[in-house]
Amino acid sequence: MAGESYQVDRAQAMIAGPVASADWLIVVPVVLPIVCGALLLMFRHRMRIHAFMALAALALVTAANASMLRRVLADGPFSMTMGGWLPPFGISFTADVLGVSFALVGSAVAFICCLYSLGDIDRTGRRYGFYAFLMLMMAGVNGAFLTGDMFNLYVWFEVFLISSFGLLILGSDKAQIDGAVKYAILNLVATTLFLIATGYVYGTFGTLNMADLARKVDGLSDTAPLMTLSALYLLAFCMKAAAFPVNFWLPASYHTPRIVTAALFGGLLTKIGIYALMRSMILIFAVERAAYSMPIAIVAGATMILGALGALAQSDLRRMAGFLVISGVGVMLSGLALGSEGGLAGMAFYALNSMVVMTALYILAGTMGAAGAGFSLHDLGGLYRARPLLAAIAFLLILAAAALPPASGLWPKIVLVQASLAEGAGWLAGAILVSGFLTTLALGRVFLLAFWRPASASLPIARVPSLSLAVLLLLLVPVLLVGLYPEPVIAMSGSAAKGLLDPSAYIQAVFPQAGGG
Amino acid sequence: MRTLIFRTAAPFITALMLLLSVFVLLRGHNDPGGGFIGGLIAVAAFAVQGIAFGVPVVRRAIYFHPMAIAGSGLLLAALSGVLSYAFAVPYLSGLWSAPSLFGVTVDVSTVLFFDIGVYLVVVGGITSIALSLEEREDG
Repeated sequence: MAGESYQVDRAQAMIAGPVASADWLIVVPVVLPIVCGALLLMFRHRMRIHAFMALAALALVTAANASMLRRVLADGPFSMTMGGWLPPFGISFTADVLGVSFALVGSAVAFICCLYSLGDIDRTGRRYGFYAFLMLMMAGVNGAFLTGDMFNLYVWFEVFLISSFGLLILGSDKAQIDGAVKYAILNLVATTLFLIATGYVYGTFGTLNMADLARKVDGLSDTAPLMTLSALYLLAFCMKAAAFPVNFWLPASYHTPRIVTAALFGGLLTKIGIYALMRSMILIFAVERAAYSMPIAIVAGATMILGALGALAQSDLRRMAGFLVISGVGVMLSGLALGSEGGLAGMAFYALNSMVVMTALYILAGTMGAAGAGFSLHDLGGLYRARPLLAAIAFLLILAAAALPPASGLWPKIVLVQASLAEGAGWLAGAILVSGFLTTLALGRVFLLAFWRPASASLPIARVPSLSLAVLLLLLVPVLLVGLYPEPVIAMSGSAAKGLLDPSAYIQAVFPQAGGG
Repeated sequence: MRTLIFRTAAPFITALMLLLSVFVLLRGHNDPGGGFIGGLIAVAAFAVQGIAFGVPVVRRAIYFHPMAIAGSGLLLAALSGVLSYAFAVPYLSGLWSAPSLFGVTVDVSTVLFFDIGVYLVVVGGITSIALSLEEREDG
């Protein structure tokens, strides 16, 4: 250390007091998967232990997220700034209700996917590092949900993106490489836009800390090109979230990888785009978002209707699930277009619900494909009589995806429809309902063809692995619980929306001395 | 590329480059250098050795699989921040100590271990890529 040659008074830039142990919880969801991923890389030939290490790490991460959620719901957001530098010099991790609830549901879904992977990932998949990629991807996903810094958000986007490339081409089929190329190029374009926008933000504001941006943005609204910046973020994150018209990478790639990978991607990755949209467009660029409200509403409506129509047109179960993911993204974007507390609460609730339901749909498709002969609706049939338990699970999941009672999908849609009517956007409420109707048709068609239609004699129905059924039942538990007793989740997403619309508590957590201003 | 001149010179070049990579790694805290650039120099050394003697020689020489080296680096970098927990400072805070070894004061810090981690990640990751590319050329 060159302390002798020049003296700098660092006291003003460094955190002086000790950091509470409880604050350390905020790095656990990122550091633990990285450590586990590193160990998996080191012991890459001890393939027996891979799955168990990954399961243990994901269970601990889920527990850490759950305990953080309890804390932020009770006491409001908290923050830790890395390296001992004061914000905005150091990179802050800031936990608020929105980020932590996304991280919690995300890691729980990843844990369940990891259970399913015990049956889906063979030795070759393990040898090529499925679990190491999974761990590093979860580090990126949790990092994106917990970070309080715009550039750091970009870094976590890259981390989960690169790991997802690895997961996507696990197996190196021609179709997989083809899908991965489309996925990679479109996503790299989106991250490049994100990086350019972040560079502009740094040039304009002189800071990248989200709390610092949120408190400085009002003072700069006359001079800075905020409309341009918010448009860049909007485009970049809409690409990530697969909103129309930049959604074509998703149906081109999500049907190619292993089912468990598709389930993880469909469940988690588009929601990170949604989360980033909420973070940037509400917390920071709230005024600009209001100006873009109409275009966002049109994009939302087009995404949800075209996604559902696409699902209706598909005969491959996995492709259909991909279009349903897109349709759901449209419903979430309608909340962003409204921008009211109800709209944002519905958006957050719908995203959390969609993480579970879309993952379950992909796993259902995988299980149906394993039971029948492939994923094509032309071939599947007779599952109702042969596999009644699977039929019951499928029926409940179809209700969940189509947002019908008693499943959890109903409530966020009600919140969103109410919010649209309250804002006088009746047509948006109509679009949400029409997309729900089309989704019901598309999935009803699956039930009609794959379950009710008599089996064709030439295709025997295989045994369904009990692990798949157990995983699906596990995923159904939160769906039905929240469907029957939604109050806690509605309250939680309401407080997430409040935290975004009034960022004073968020700013206070990062800058305790300076107050809200 | 397996000419007599190259094969004679390659071991010296490799050894010198590896030494240089460690030097660059260690001077990196206050001067230009650091784990990333040091790691790249080490990878270039392995690549030279691979071009001169073939990939199997390099794989035997580094003993561990390159991905395992990268994993150990990632582990070291992540854990170097965890030490902060014991001192009640935020994650990744630089902790310094200056033990005296044989009358010479050596600055040891968590920052250094983080940098060594970066070095190993770069060495492992890029060597893995370089060796697979060279293997393909051979085959």
